[in-house]
Amino acid sequence: MTTPILQAKGICKYFGAITALENVNLHVSAGEVLGVIGDNGAGKSTLMKTISGLNPASKGEILFQGKPVKFNTPRDARDLGIEMVYQDLALAGNLPIAQNIYLGREPTKRFGLINRIDHKRCLEMSQEHLDKLKIHVKSAKQKVEELSGGQRQAVAIARATAFDANLVIMDEPTAALAVKEVSKVLDLIKRLKSLNVAVIIISHRMDDIFAVCDRVMALFHGRNFAEDSIKDTSHDELIGWIMGTTQNKNGSRNE
Amino acid sequence: MNDTSTKSPMINISVEMRAKIGSVLDRYGILILIAIMMLVLHILQPDVFFTWRNLTNVFKQTAWQATLALGMFIVIVTAGIDLSVGSILMLSLMALAITSKAGFPWIVVMVVPIIVGVICGYLNGVGITKLRMPHPFIMTLGTLYLFRGVGNLVSGGVPISGFAEQVNFLGTGRIKMDWLLGEGAREYIPVSLIFVIFLYLVVWFYLEHTQHGRWIFGIGGNPNAARAVGINVDNMLILVYTICGGLAGVAALILAGRTNSGYPNAGLQSELDAIAAVIIGGASFFGGRGTVIGVFSGVFLMGLLRNGLNLMDVSVFWQQIMIGAIIIIAVYVDVLRREITTRR
Repeated sequence: MTTPILQAKGICKYFGAITALENVNLHVSAGEVLGVIGDNGAGKSTLMKTISGLNPASKGEILFQGKPVKFNTPRDARDLGIEMVYQDLALAGNLPIAQNIYLGREPTKRFGLINRIDHKRCLEMSQEHLDKLKIHVKSAKQKVEELSGGQRQAVAIARATAFDANLVIMDEPTAALAVKEVSKVLDLIKRLKSLNVAVIIISHRMDDIFAVCDRVMALFHGRNFAEDSIKDTSHDELIGWIMGTTQNKNGSRNE
Repeated sequence: MNDTSTKSPMINISVEMRAKIGSVLDRYGILILIAIMMLVLHILQPDVFFTWRNLTNVFKQTAWQATLALGMFIVIVTAGIDLSVGSILMLSLMALAITSKAGFPWIVVMVVPIIVGVICGYLNGVGITKLRMPHPFIMTLGTLYLFRGVGNLVSGGVPISGFAEQVNFLGTGRIKMDWLLGEGAREYIPVSLIFVIFLYLVVWFYLEHTQHGRWIFGIGGNPNAARAVGINVDNMLILVYTICGGLAGVAALILAGRTNSGYPNAGLQSELDAIAAVIIGGASFFGGRGTVIGVFSGVFLMGLLRNGLNLMDVSVFWQQIMIGAIIIIAVYVDVLRREITTRR
């Protein structure tokens, strides 16, 4: 197997006296979709935030393409093409789609002594990118607050992938969606996979996990609990992992 | 049972029509209000109101308030509030007066209030972010008292008058119109008007066409979104409050020119006027929404109202009642607009 695009080793995270993550390991490769499951409070979101730089780990090592890196802010992670789609989507509803996609990284052009935003290019690039992902909206000028839940999710994913992302992390991408919107988001994830992007999704919906994931890992009480290729596991087994009842050793078959 | 149709007066209007009314109200609501008001004032005071002299007077009187409101606007876009701008203005004004009295050259006297304003604003920003104040309201409420106290302390609480001509230029300077209207014309353009328009244009450009500006709106829309894309929200907030303080310092400079004096009561309650102008101008108190032209209109509307009521010899008490009513009406119109435009 090739070197994973991202590897996290021995991640620990403490909030005061509380241990949220204890010695957690994770790896994901390009073009692979990794599902992360676990009960509420198992540490899934916390783990993802250590990788995205929003909430750096207390201890542990992160390797990007085999080289150790340190993420102190989301900026550091984004500079390496590691993007996160947050559960609350983290979009600014008052801004148009295009400005949300490029928020923080707006295309600029020189204007005298200062850099001004190139609104025209921003709009063109957004439209192009949305087309590439087959996301349909009336116009990239539309404000995000006017969109449906599924469209918002799509915009959040578009933002995560606007700069040739290597890894996209998604926290509960389908939890807040209407049934008919779920399949569109799952299609979007498959499209990312086909573009050789690594994807990590946190989900409570077993159907989603089985629809898109190549591999699945479970956290329990802030520790690695079990992990297997999706082909070799079953719905019931995953439920067991979430409940913390049936365990297999990392990577080993459960038969 | 047809009583559902009486619940909302808008229920019978088609969706397209609603969107249209909404966007017209959104864009031109306040301008329509100003036009109506000017018309009414013109009808009531046909000889005085629509004269060059009177209208330039309104501008001269409101120039410093417009500058204050501009800073307040940027803060409100981030969903914050700065209650201390009136006190920053007073402290800056007193600093200007003291430096002037001490005999410093005019250029120093002009720069000092802006530096004082910037420092005060910076302190506000640092307090809000680094001291992790639960809301900007608290920090700036504290500095509202603090800055005014310092201003009184350093000036002894007495007025200091008489500044150099150059210092007063921004507040009282006139651009003669002889070249346009012929020799001996008495009409002129106040320098303060030109200057304020210039400030508004700069801030408009900053907010609409620079990354910082978009980040400020992004923070106002959803600070978590801004954080998630790697914007340093704390630093941006410090910058925003610093700009607001700096503009309060500039307002002090304009006011100094107008009154030729630094006085302890300067800017008393003017933070509330500034907030009122921003809200009347259509900015959302919850951040992320509003336009520079709206703020200018809000200031102008309040100036017009005061002017008109003064011309008609209406008591100051009625002015307070009217301004209070207008704030409520303006926000109610905004609420209606939102109800009309949202689909659900």
